[in-house]
Amino acid sequence: MAVAGHTERRTAEEPGNDRRRPSRKGRAPRRGARRPGEARTAYLLIAPAVLLLALVVGYPVLKAVYQSFLTDPGLDRATGMFDSGGNWFGLHNYTHWLLQRCATPEGGWTSCPSGALGSQFWGSVGVTVGFTVVACTLETVIGMVFALTMHRAFRGRAMVRVAILVPWAIPTAVTSKLWQVMFDPQGVVNKLLGTHYAWTSSLWPARSAIVVADTWKTTPFIALLILAGLQNIPAETYEAARIDGAGAWRRFTNVTLPLVRPALAVAVVFRALDTLRMYDLPKILTGGSNGTTTSSVLVVNQLTRGANSASALSTITFVLIFVIAFGLVRLLNVNLFGARAKAVS
Amino acid sequence: MRARKVAAVAGALGATLVLAGCGADGDSGGSTRGADGRGPITFVTGKDNSGVLPFIADEWNRAHPDEKVTIKQQSDQADQQLADLEQHFQAKDPGYDVVTVDVVWTAEFAARGWIVPLTGRHTLDTRRLLPATVKSATYNGTLYAAPYGSDGGLLYYRTDMVDSAPTTWKELLGNCEGRTAEGTITGDRPACYAGQFAKYEGLTVNAAEAINATGGKIVGSDGRTATVDSPESAAGLDFLVKGFKDGYIPKEALGFQETQTVNAFRSGQLMFMRNWPYAVAILDGKDSKVAGKYGVAPLPGPAGHGASTLGGHNLGISAYSEHQATALDFLRFIESDTVQRNNLTVGTLAPVLTSMYSDPKLVKKFTYLPDLLKSIETAVPRPITPFYPGVTEAIETNTYAALQGRTTTAQALKDMQAAIKSATAGG
Repeated sequence: MAVAGHTERRTAEEPGNDRRRPSRKGRAPRRGARRPGEARTAYLLIAPAVLLLALVVGYPVLKAVYQSFLTDPGLDRATGMFDSGGNWFGLHNYTHWLLQRCATPEGGWTSCPSGALGSQFWGSVGVTVGFTVVACTLETVIGMVFALTMHRAFRGRAMVRVAILVPWAIPTAVTSKLWQVMFDPQGVVNKLLGTHYAWTSSLWPARSAIVVADTWKTTPFIALLILAGLQNIPAETYEAARIDGAGAWRRFTNVTLPLVRPALAVAVVFRALDTLRMYDLPKILTGGSNGTTTSSVLVVNQLTRGANSASALSTITFVLIFVIAFGLVRLLNVNLFGARAKAVS
Repeated sequence: MRARKVAAVAGALGATLVLAGCGADGDSGGSTRGADGRGPITFVTGKDNSGVLPFIADEWNRAHPDEKVTIKQQSDQADQQLADLEQHFQAKDPGYDVVTVDVVWTAEFAARGWIVPLTGRHTLDTRRLLPATVKSATYNGTLYAAPYGSDGGLLYYRTDMVDSAPTTWKELLGNCEGRTAEGTITGDRPACYAGQFAKYEGLTVNAAEAINATGGKIVGSDGRTATVDSPESAAGLDFLVKGFKDGYIPKEALGFQETQTVNAFRSGQLMFMRNWPYAVAILDGKDSKVAGKYGVAPLPGPAGHGASTLGGHNLGISAYSEHQATALDFLRFIESDTVQRNNLTVGTLAPVLTSMYSDPKLVKKFTYLPDLLKSIETAVPRPITPFYPGVTEAIETNTYAALQGRTTTAQALKDMQAAIKSATAGG
């Protein structure tokens, strides 16, 4: 929600920014302010928001990063009791996850054996990225179809719109339970397909189940954003294209797609960020078993074993998601401008 | 104006956060005051699916009007109960006086100093209790909790399909031959056998039972040296691995927790089932297709009866409680005949008092009691270690991989051994 609000604000400010863009570098806007007190008032006005963000976002993040360099409570062999931990541990928490090095009883290090949480790190990263790529692709394609359907004027359109939006309105926990019942070996999915898969208890069926449930739930979100984009395309553009002799497919690829691209890009970035931190769906649907442990599930599993090591893991996950998201934004932006140029020419 | 108001709110919020941060780091003190303290207490326990809590609260409150108990029910999922307890203990919450602790969490809670040892002023008489349950509440030679309810695995079988319960695995498979569906639950024939094989704590219970039955040991007598990689363990685990390979365990069972197992047996889809005694109440219930058509027996093994894994719960006194003297009285009250009898008759919970298992009236009503006693007395506890979460993860993950055929039994045990070693080393 915070992200959404933030972006909206940015979008709202954009026209103003655009106008000032040439003079932006030399801090010109501030120097050019008409009244001398204006900048100070502006800072005062945003100060509470900045302060609040620093407290509720900055403080926990920085504390987690700090904790990730400390030891977790360890067992004192003589007394059989845990010490309080919190000693300086350097980068050991990070090497534990990144290089999959686990402690040995003799006090040394060894590569983490199967069944230790440490050995699941790269697997969980792969699973998370895999889910993101597959689910987002499916959601975008199906969402586009939905949006085009909802965009057309026909009898019963309101009903179709509501029907498409229902999954998005259902809480994820409920969705997960719903699909769990349907994917039961005796459930409706097997009955309809005439199969006998134990969906949630073997590797690929479990992963497909997650992707299906996620796609079902969030396609409406993408469809909605695309629909908003579609409604901004003036009807004359299509008329002009039709007069020029463009067929339906040509109109879709040469008019609809380039013009809806900005909205589509935003939708894809949001969905990718959401999927990268997916927790509730796999946690409830499969419990993270059968190769469905995402990075977030792993963080929470580690949390009860040692909060400082979990801090390191969540920091790594944070950086990873940040890098992917940043790359995605850059990539889509480039395409976006390219597309705009093409559409104009 | 508006901005100033927001700023004030932000400031107040920040101050609260900072205070909260300090509070967590500060020392609670007051443990001496708490040890002799008397007053109202809160009893934190999992959701009361068996309906025994109202009786406990009423009985206690009638006798102790000045030290009333408030019962806080958590979720009915064990991992959520654990998370709730961990959060409150980490925050040193004095509002949790008496807590229900699963037998496998007791060591960790004790080692973290969250529950007080029952020694000195807090001594609890354990002579009337089942020794196995007392052992499960003991860490490092010290009693840390009061056994509340015990549990042992039992074999449920269909009396309309076999005359008597099998005592060995071979007999069990012989009974199934030609009468059961193979590999999957389909159509009219039931599958042969199922226990709890989803990847969760129940899998550790079932794997440990198989491994212990053939003489394998998960950890050594010190409770932490991994000893699971042995030919004996392999023979035990193979009973389950072969079950999925040869089809006498249906593949659906890879998603079975207790509830799914009972449901399958109840609707006539299983010939044999491994489950806890609580299933009896459900199998005698209204929608059961097997009511009056099933029997209960000790678990089978390779040669004669096998070994159950010990289940159950203990009650601990929070180290942060300010009314520990009252809490201790409450623990003694929980071990009383009245409470234990009510737990059995109302909730079919296995009592921890030895005398209950030979009480003629009770045995007449609950015919499985002698078998349950045998199951509990011969039960093997799961590893008693403060690193239990890591140990059970090691057992679950590698057993599951072997059951799915993604790895061999030998490799699974080798990995299990290494992972237990790593878990008990703290990382």
